[in-house]
Amino acid sequence: MSHAENRYYIPHGSHWPIVGSIGLLLLMVGVSNWLNGHELGRWVMFGGVGIMIIMLTGWFGTVIAESQTGKYNSQVDISFRMGMYWFIFSEVMFFAAFFGALFYARNMSVPWLGGDSNNFFTNLLLWSGFESEWPTNGPGTIGGHFEPMGPIGLPLLNTAILLLSSVTVTIAHHALREKHRGVLKIFLAATFLLGFSFVYMQAFEYMEAYEHMNLTLGSGIYGSTFFMLTGFHGMHVTIGAIMLTIIWFRVVRGHFTPEHHFGFEAVAWYWHFVDVVWLCLYVFVYWL
Amino acid sequence: MSSTTHSAEHHDDHGPAKGIKRWLFTTNHKDIGTLYLIFSLTMFFIGGSMALVIRSELMMPGLQFVHPEFFNQMTTMHALIMVFGAVMPAFVGLANWMIPMMIGGPDMALPRMNNWSFWILPIAFGILLSTLFMNGGAPAGGWTMYPPLVLQTGNAFPFLVFSVHLMGISSIMGAINIIVTIMNMRAPGMSLLKMPMFVWTWLITAYLLIAVMPVLAGAVTMLLTDQFFGTSFFLAAGGGDPVMFQHIFWFFGHPEVYIMILPAFGVVSEIIPTFARKPLFGHDSMVYAASSIAFLSFIVWAHHMFTVGMPLTGQLFFMFSTMLIAVPTGVKVFNWMATMWKGSMSFETPMLFSLAFLFLFTIGGFSGLMLAIAPADVQYHDTYFVVAHFHYVLVPGSVFGIMAAAYYWLPKWTGVMYDEKLGKIHFWASAIFVNLTFFPMHFLGLAGMPRRIPDYSTQFADFNMMASIGAIGFGLSQLLFVYIIIKAARGNGVKATAEVWDNPRGLEWTVPSPAPYHTFENPPTIKE
Amino acid sequence: MLKSNRDPGYRFLYPKQYRQGELPMIRKLCLITLGLLGTSVAHADWALNMTKGVTELSAETYDLHMLIFYVCCAIAVVVFGIMIFSLVQHRKSKGAVAATFSHNTTAEVIWTAIPVVILILMAVPSAETMVRLEDSRDPDLTVVITGYQWKWHYAYQGKDVEFYSTLARESNDARGKDSGIDVFSVDNYLLDVDRPLVVPRGAKVRLLITSNDVVHAWWVPKLAIKKDAVPGYLNEAWFRAEESGVYRGQCAELCGKDHGYMPIVVKVVEPEEFLAFVASEHDEKARVASAN
Ligand code: HEA
Ligand code: HEA
Ligand code: CUA
Ligand SMILES: [Cu+2]
Repeated sequence: MSHAENRYYIPHGSHWPIVGSIGLLLLMVGVSNWLNGHELGRWVMFGGVGIMIIMLTGWFGTVIAESQTGKYNSQVDISFRMGMYWFIFSEVMFFAAFFGALFYARNMSVPWLGGDSNNFFTNLLLWSGFESEWPTNGPGTIGGHFEPMGPIGLPLLNTAILLLSSVTVTIAHHALREKHRGVLKIFLAATFLLGFSFVYMQAFEYMEAYEHMNLTLGSGIYGSTFFMLTGFHGMHVTIGAIMLTIIWFRVVRGHFTPEHHFGFEAVAWYWHFVDVVWLCLYVFVYWL
Repeated sequence: MSSTTHSAEHHDDHGPAKGIKRWLFTTNHKDIGTLYLIFSLTMFFIGGSMALVIRSELMMPGLQFVHPEFFNQMTTMHALIMVFGAVMPAFVGLANWMIPMMIGGPDMALPRMNNWSFWILPIAFGILLSTLFMNGGAPAGGWTMYPPLVLQTGNAFPFLVFSVHLMGISSIMGAINIIVTIMNMRAPGMSLLKMPMFVWTWLITAYLLIAVMPVLAGAVTMLLTDQFFGTSFFLAAGGGDPVMFQHIFWFFGHPEVYIMILPAFGVVSEIIPTFARKPLFGHDSMVYAASSIAFLSFIVWAHHMFTVGMPLTGQLFFMFSTMLIAVPTGVKVFNWMATMWKGSMSFETPMLFSLAFLFLFTIGGFSGLMLAIAPADVQYHDTYFVVAHFHYVLVPGSVFGIMAAAYYWLPKWTGVMYDEKLGKIHFWASAIFVNLTFFPMHFLGLAGMPRRIPDYSTQFADFNMMASIGAIGFGLSQLLFVYIIIKAARGNGVKATAEVWDNPRGLEWTVPSPAPYHTFENPPTIKE
Repeated sequence: MLKSNRDPGYRFLYPKQYRQGELPMIRKLCLITLGLLGTSVAHADWALNMTKGVTELSAETYDLHMLIFYVCCAIAVVVFGIMIFSLVQHRKSKGAVAATFSHNTTAEVIWTAIPVVILILMAVPSAETMVRLEDSRDPDLTVVITGYQWKWHYAYQGKDVEFYSTLARESNDARGKDSGIDVFSVDNYLLDVDRPLVVPRGAKVRLLITSNDVVHAWWVPKLAIKKDAVPGYLNEAWFRAEESGVYRGQCAELCGKDHGYMPIVVKVVEPEEFLAFVASEHDEKARVASAN
């Protein structure tokens, strides 16, 4: 046991946060300039990304090292856990904004353009002939005719993949607690492989959409909500899968004990969160 | 176990590091609190200077100093800087300094992240301020950033979006830290309902922050993609709706205004009992009231949108729910009243600011209630009546709350008493000028002066002149505030005792003044 | 071109709850009980206060405004009165000794319940006025208003009359930073336009408001109308002016650099005059057409 149990743990100063801020500065300034049409901005952005990666590696490296040397008491462990819960809650709210946009479009703005509620004249005088429907790219048929993404085929397969990965990560967790390191390694590896294959499929789906269905970010409100929701979700899956991979390497190195494995659990929670978001996506974006 | 012998292993030193490194790398809640407070004061002056540009231009009808484009940039930047740069960081700074002390904790729960939360802010505001020098100028679409207007911003546009993202990241990390600190770092015996009100209001505020800052991030992200990637969120032709942005923005925006007032409620709830020498009346009902305010704040957002053409049922719903907020807020006001009742009051500067808060915030609350009446709001909306409302709740509300806190805890931070005489002068000057600035705005609004205009019809001249004189006076008074703080920070003044005031409640008064670099390395015991 | 009122679309527009009857009794009761002070201070043209306006609804809005204002004043007198009393009496310098009580459930219940009652009394008349504000059925005249950066466009439905309305010359000349013109010498500085919207007195005028670019808002205080002009959507508003005259307003939603320079002028004229106005518009149109 750690000797620090009855005392507060107070870490010493760290230079990683300030490095992170510089990374963010370059990243944001770079992207902004790039969007404004300055090619140079892109390189600044890459610089920022590089610094961010170094920062994350360094910062987490320090924390892992401290954790491995038993510096953290259970209070620190709880702090980390709570921090992770609330971080995930903030992510939920971030997705809520986009789901909100989707519901608003489907239940309010599109029907209104079609003359619903107090918008009889909106339809009559501005968009005469437009009938409310979903999916739609609006009365201006922005982006031209497109084919919506159906719920079967790839999306269904992706649902299966994610659900399965949720099972494998749980098995891995049990294995960790019951000291079956071999099972742990295999199922954890299976989890991130499933994760990456999800991302691969998703990329494939996007290519389909762009090349054969004329479904793009610019396909009116349907395209906007479709790609923003699935896109941010895909980004989160990618991050989650990378984190799982890192955890796998840590497992291989012999990190984590049956009692103490916050790093593992945090990533597992994150993974479940990504999974739940997908289920909502599947229902509201692909299916209904 | 042998915890004492190993103490050196936990942190290399007991005092602060030397030089600039101390401030760049610090994980100490007091250092970070100080950084936040200094940053906030700087931003208050920058945002205030912009307010003075606005007020100078509006002093007389006709354009005297600036062009309309620049005027709009000033309005927009003034608000963004005051809201995200001055008021919010000031409260986070107070939270950093005081919460660990008040709950008997050693420091914030996640000290390194704490450092990062702060050091993102200068980056965010550096980016935002740099837009003033860009092609097309700074953002000029109002702090509410409504599309399609905001999409007409020049090169500043992506910088605006990303700086808002950064402010969001900083606030979310700060809020997570505060929640975790409160939930996990309390000394044994400090049960939730024993927590001081300031800690309680911050707990609720932090929850609001985590719930709504990501929504704002989502909203500006949609602006970004509408601008650069061809999405149609806010474009009717594509099936979107410009008003949708307003809904998402205000879903964030309304809780945001309570984010700016709840910690001030907490501060006042600490100060009034101290100077009334009587325990806070109705501690638990204060907690429930603050929680109700937080809950209601999520279902009232469209009271900012009574003129956008919502269906009638929507208007009625938002009118009723908004009016309801007066009830828990009233409970707070009445509790403060009852705390003072039959007390034994004295009127040092922190108490004076708290009392001004009590009176003037309530006036702002009343005008808020008037705005909540939808048919009347049709006449008030987007006039100076609204400007008067929110400056009453924000300046003598939030800002006075911050100043009261600064005077109240300054001796604990610096170890010396501030100059009481100057403090009182600062108070009276501020209180008089703040009313001179913002009270006439009620009349202007009712008489029909729209907000966000650089020039106006001659009938509005007199009251605008008054408001501008008030603003300059208020600004000058704040120079005194800075002088008082610097004087105390340099240790010029009477040495403060640990208790500072007459028998105040709270753990922060059990440690020496100035508070040691690490307050509680071992959990204190909680009496009572 | 517009469909008639019996058009099925109206059922969409005005579902049952929109058409419900009024509750004048309750409203009057509230007004009488809470607005006792009200009548004596009703300065209609006081530059400090909201205008009473020239429509039934603007007067109603004004009454509502005064009602809530007096309610707030009454609460303020009580709350501030008690606080000031306490500040004077319970001060240490007067030798006051602090009591020690810290809760009282009865008091807390009372001061939660009373505001609830007051709020309900305020909500009822407000809701009624709101319902009427939204009831734009059966208009005598419909005008489509389109906001532009930075002017207004008016099109009278079925009358073949339309035109733009922009800031009047004199104001425009004076508004520049270095115009050298004293703005006090300009009549109705910033509140005058080249071509006002002309409508007949006593007619129910329905406005269909939209925008061509960014969000604007069409606001004339004396008509108690403020409605956002949202690109891609049409909002409805209506008024029936009881007195002829010239009523001024301004754009009330930030719409860019000249947001402060897009005033609105509505000229309410006698019905015959309105007919003459329409006729002259037609003549003018014919003249321009033949000249080309
Ligand atoms: C700290 C910030 C803060 C606070 C606390 C509030 C508090 C309130 N606000 Fe305010 N508000 C803003 C900041 C704030 N507001 C800002 C910044 C804007 C403008 C944004 C923009 O457009 O740029 C705004 C705009 C705004 C509007 C939109 C106006 C418009 O644009 O047309 C409305 C409308 O309902 C409103 C209502 C209220 C109400 C009902 C409260 C209530 O919480 C007030 C409750 C308090 C009291 C009522 C007083 C005390 C109570 C009693 C003594 C009990 C008894 C009282 C009664 C029964 C009446 N506010
Ligand atoms: C917390 C928030 C906050 C705070 C503290 C303030 C503080 C002030 N505000 Fe602000 N304001 C907003 C939030 C805030 N405001 C918001 C949200 C808007 C809406 C924006 C929009 O429409 O989008 C707004 C809009 C707004 C307007 C309307 C602009 C318009 O509609 O066009 C005006 C006009 O008078 C104004 C004035 C002031 C003044 C005089 C102060 C004063 O209290 C400032 C006092 C401080 C100083 C003056 C600085 C200190 C002193 C010096 C710099 C020393 C030098 C001094 C001298 C030489 C005299 N504000
Ligand atoms: Cu048009 Cu403001
Ligand atoms: Cu609000």
